Amino acid sequence: MIEGARWKKWLWFYLPLGAFIVALLFPFYWMVVTTVRPDGELYRPWNHPLYSPFWTSHPTFEHIRDLLQETLFNTWMLNTMFIALVSTLISLLCGVIAGYALARLTFRWAGILGTAIFVTYLVPQTLLFIPLAEIIRDYHIGDTPWALILTYPTFLIPFCTWLMMGYFKAIPRELEECARIDGAARWQAMLYIIFPIAVPGILSAGIFAFTLSWNEFIYALVFLSSPEQKTVAVGVTSELIRGDVFFWGSLMAGALIGSVPVAIVYSFFVEHYVAGITGSVKG
Amino acid sequence: MFIAYPFALGVWLSLSNSTVGEPGHFIGLANFYKIFSDSIFRTAAYNTFVYTAITTVFKLALGLWLAMLLNRHFRGKAWVRAFILLPFIIPTVLSTLAWKWMFDPTFSVFNWLFWKLHIINSRINWLGDPDLAMTSIMIVNVWRGVPFYAISLLAGLQTINPDLHEAAAIDGANRFQRFWHVTWPLLLPVTMVVVLFSVIQTFADFQLVYVLTGGGPANATHLFATYAYQIGIGTGLLSEGAAISLAMFPALLLVVVFQLWYIRRVENR
Repeated sequence: MIEGARWKKWLWFYLPLGAFIVALLFPFYWMVVTTVRPDGELYRPWNHPLYSPFWTSHPTFEHIRDLLQETLFNTWMLNTMFIALVSTLISLLCGVIAGYALARLTFRWAGILGTAIFVTYLVPQTLLFIPLAEIIRDYHIGDTPWALILTYPTFLIPFCTWLMMGYFKAIPRELEECARIDGAARWQAMLYIIFPIAVPGILSAGIFAFTLSWNEFIYALVFLSSPEQKTVAVGVTSELIRGDVFFWGSLMAGALIGSVPVAIVYSFFVEHYVAGITGSVKG
Repeated sequence: MFIAYPFALGVWLSLSNSTVGEPGHFIGLANFYKIFSDSIFRTAAYNTFVYTAITTVFKLALGLWLAMLLNRHFRGKAWVRAFILLPFIIPTVLSTLAWKWMFDPTFSVFNWLFWKLHIINSRINWLGDPDLAMTSIMIVNVWRGVPFYAISLLAGLQTINPDLHEAAAIDGANRFQRFWHVTWPLLLPVTMVVVLFSVIQTFADFQLVYVLTGGGPANATHLFATYAYQIGIGTGLLSEGAAISLAMFPALLLVVVFQLWYIRRVENR
């Protein structure tokens, strides 16, 4: 890189970068501040002389306590956790096996099937939520976790398959052939040679699938109706707003705590997550 | 397999007169005639195209800029990269709620800021005015999308050999020329794929509008998906709702076909 004067570096590099960081992270800071702000201070209009936006002099945990004790927030968290984990595991299992099959076995329709999987993965959830709601109703699983556990794989399996297919294709075939020559059956070669190498790929797919199902909204909104069945995203947006009254303190507390599990998973596996993003858009 | 059956059912629904709990019978294209003569539907269609076009341009421009900033070496780069992705990984509805609070007509922090900077005297009603509400929704969409663009494009930038830049610099190319003749052509395949992905997602967007305005004020900010939800689930006219969401299909199909064609072309080169 050719370096210019110091002030140029500030102007063209640090300043824009800093602006990006502030703009991208400010909403989260605002969430935190709102969560710990007492109501009296919270509902001061924008042109009130004492409007102090960036800090609070009397931090309170009242909103968090309200949220955890007076609402079904804990139930929503458990629901979401259960649904996200089970649908991720199902999708990962199917995705790994299907991805392996598509990458390795040379059957006639493999190419077309691969394209089909890719197209399926591109289909947005909003295209088909109404017919799916009908199907859910026909099978009488509406308003149960199973409605989501069985529908999330419709977008998670194509995603995992696609990601794993790319990953398996990058593992040299010779490794497997060596194992086969040494007398291993195909499934043994798969289980003992290929899968251990593919662990980072499986982790990427799993983490991505987990966050996708944690963040999913429209299916959860349409398929679940009773308050104690809801997921965090739906519960916070529907149950903490009564009529036109928004309980902003608890809402922000809910948004904050509801984001924590994803943030934790993400923070442990940033590299895998980034690999997932780049892998998912790779043709 | 997973998609074919719901899709077929969706087509059937859109051609029937079903409502919730009542299996309807075949009525041909009546639903489509009905929605195309519906002015709210036309607004929603117009909104969707404008929304997708404008946000994509901004996301690409800002995302590319951020990617190029991140492509340089500086201290704390790993941290910055990790934090920058937050808007993309945090559940969209939850972060959008924070935006709704920041856009609140009475308690908006933006109003306070602009007031203190002496830009405004009276409040800005971010979500109450039809045009402004659409702009606010676009701002949130760009905010959420930029990290995805930046990280994907950064991965693309890192595959570009720095020697090429050095060679171009020695040949006398300035910063802009180096970008335009070296970086951009090499980055184009990645850019195309990222843009097409994002276009599909943006075109079918639901959560932002649902949380921020619910399609209001006066149905001015609906997109295909939110209007389909309002008609299909809200008022229980399943078949009409199915028809509205299927109206997205031709445009989506076009994008997907283009994407497949493009990927194949790049691979065969």
